[in-house]
Amino acid sequence: MSDSSLTFIDELESEAIYILREVSAKFKNPTIMFSGGKDSITLIHLAKKAFYPQKIPFTLLHVDTGHNFPEAICRRDSLVDELEVDLIVAKVQNTIDLGRVKEEQGENATRNSLQIRTLLDAIKDRDIDCAIGGARRDEEKSRAKERFFSHRNRNGEWDPKNQRPELWNLFNGAYHQGEHFRVFPISNWTELDIWQYIEREKIQLPSLYFAHEREVVKRNNSWIPFSDFIKLGADEKIERKKIRFRTLGDITITGGIESNADTVEEIVQEVAAMRQTERGNRIDDKRSETAMEDRKRLGYF
Amino acid sequence: MESQLLRFTTAGSVDNGKSTLIGRLLYDSKSIFEDQLKSVEEISRRTAGGDLNLALFTDGLRDEVEAGITIDVAYRYFATPHRKFIIADAPGHIEFTRNMVTAASTTDTILIIVDAKQGITEQTKRHTFIASLLNLSNVVVCVNKMDLVDWNEGVYKSILTDFYKLTSQLQLPNLQFIPISALKGDNVVNGSDQMNWYSGSTLISLLETLPLDSKLCNVPARFPIQLLLDAGDRKVVAGRVEGGLLFVGDEITASPSGSTGIIESINIDGIEILSASGRMSISIGLSREMDVQRGDILTHSSKLLRLSDKFDAMLCWLSDVDSSIETTYDLQLGTTNESASIQQIHHKIDVNSFKSYVDKKPLSMNDICKVEISLVKEIAFDAYSDNQATGSFILIDKRTNATVAAGMIL
Ligand SMILES: Nc1nc2c(ncn2[C@@H]2O[C@H](COP(=O)(O)OP(=O)(O)OP(=O)(O)O)[C@@H](O)[C@H]2O)c(=O)[nH]1
Repeated sequence: MSDSSLTFIDELESEAIYILREVSAKFKNPTIMFSGGKDSITLIHLAKKAFYPQKIPFTLLHVDTGHNFPEAICRRDSLVDELEVDLIVAKVQNTIDLGRVKEEQGENATRNSLQIRTLLDAIKDRDIDCAIGGARRDEEKSRAKERFFSHRNRNGEWDPKNQRPELWNLFNGAYHQGEHFRVFPISNWTELDIWQYIEREKIQLPSLYFAHEREVVKRNNSWIPFSDFIKLGADEKIERKKIRFRTLGDITITGGIESNADTVEEIVQEVAAMRQTERGNRIDDKRSETAMEDRKRLGYF
Repeated sequence: MESQLLRFTTAGSVDNGKSTLIGRLLYDSKSIFEDQLKSVEEISRRTAGGDLNLALFTDGLRDEVEAGITIDVAYRYFATPHRKFIIADAPGHIEFTRNMVTAASTTDTILIIVDAKQGITEQTKRHTFIASLLNLSNVVVCVNKMDLVDWNEGVYKSILTDFYKLTSQLQLPNLQFIPISALKGDNVVNGSDQMNWYSGSTLISLLETLPLDSKLCNVPARFPIQLLLDAGDRKVVAGRVEGGLLFVGDEITASPSGSTGIIESINIDGIEILSASGRMSISIGLSREMDVQRGDILTHSSKLLRLSDKFDAMLCWLSDVDSSIETTYDLQLGTTNESASIQQIHHKIDVNSFKSYVDKKPLSMNDICKVEISLVKEIAFDAYSDNQATGSFILIDKRTNATVAAGMIL
């Protein structure tokens, strides 16, 4: 067998495992940011492989907006039981109650930008020196240049002038007291790679990813799932549509797409033919061209 | 599912059409999403009089470069039915050497874009030098803007001749040429009706067939230890094979510690396998008496690494803070970290003429030079030309934690 028989999925998997192991060696108190979505579930699957037969040497951190898909929470709790890892739940509601942030008002109000404060508070309070995330470079224009090891200053901000070139397989994780890193082991994966990997590894996902009849509301050209958190506008109505979600975020802003794909194989085929970017259905990204960029500087995931 | 991954980088002088070429590759391979296409169409309508401006697909970064934000590399992804590609694109012209070295270090292939009207420029020489410095396996010279020279074969041929002359003193294992027009699309993804004299392949089919990482298989096995795993009473280490082949039962040595033993098992995701090869992340069960730690590199006992507390290396300076002889840096090589200093600057290299010259001044951003590095303790390593993973290193400034230099051991 020669090395060049590694398929691209093998190679991406090997790279992610390499990075997760580097994190474990270089940081004292790393955590995996867990959203319940497919990218963070894939990340945990990779971490399991990276440290087998040992258990995953990281905590899980869930920044809880309170606006959850109930099923994503179930999946979170069953994973925590299975992996025997510690779960940290940082609630946006607490940050609001403490008066550290103010709830947005109006129909398009979300808690998305409020999460930043909650996350940074949790990182500080718990002395977390590395938060591992499932972000990918293909997701959004501003991420194309993101590094595997992304340095954050004492205020948790991404300082564009203090990012380090990444050469070969050498990652510089040195930091001063109070600073931390965000590390993105699946930076080089695309949405299609993730789905092909989920198919190959038979990874269990919340059923939200699969097409199903759901109650939805049309908002900003996306299908938003109807939930207790949605206030219907005057001209909005609840409809039933066969919908699946491409990302799972805050339930109030995550738009689904009309689809008939209800198995992983069908999704792989659908994604391969897909002509829209994944985040195209997130209301928060639509607010402005540079929305993502702005949030990232402030310390968004 | 069977397809493989090729990582490549791109280099071109200002306005040679690098952004247009990347845009063309993405567009013609149908890797552009509708929402991205729409926003580029909109901007094109406002500015370029309607014609789709392909360069805009990669343009997100230009403003940031102007705003002084350091972007060393931007990554793009696309796939064809035969292969998956990662483009490591180094934008910016001022910090060019630094960015290009960074981008090229993660790849094995470079596209050098030459403007057919201008021919070879100073910058082309620089790009070519860096390709050879980093020991890249495949160099593809894209002679672009053939439409502006009436698709003339003579122009193309004379650029080829010049290029061969230029590179006669350099090591470039696989050198290829393609005449293209990124703007019109000729010989990029689709063929060309204009250049019947050219019988070679299009750029995309060349990229689909270039040999992959051929350097990795025929070298001595190297396994830098990342971690010791907790596996009860067994001794298990985790890491990635950086070249060569390892079999269960092989006699091995850990360097620099010198401990010896046998590979008792190889595991990938809990499954026992009999052998492992380049780039696989695995875990290895070792004889219990072996005393190893992170930073040790496992090799066959017959194919040891070099051991020393000093070596010569080519260094590319990445930082805007100059080097200093008095400073102790943290040298990171594979999974090893050790205190090191720059003992001596032998000479610097003029990347435009490939000539070396003596200059004892400190190293500053974009300098490429031959130095002697000395370490506080002995470490294990290879020459970069023998193994990239065990022959490359970075220097970290201990006060600022910045990565200040990239090195290749001679
Ligand atoms: N006629 C012709 N023009 C081209 C071709 N490729 C690129 N151009 C034009 O050359 C100019 C520069 O192209 P870019 O792609 O922006 O060049 P670049 O090298 O990326 O420039 P920088 O990003 O500034 O480095 C643009 O006006 C392109 O339209 C080609 O094949 N033929």
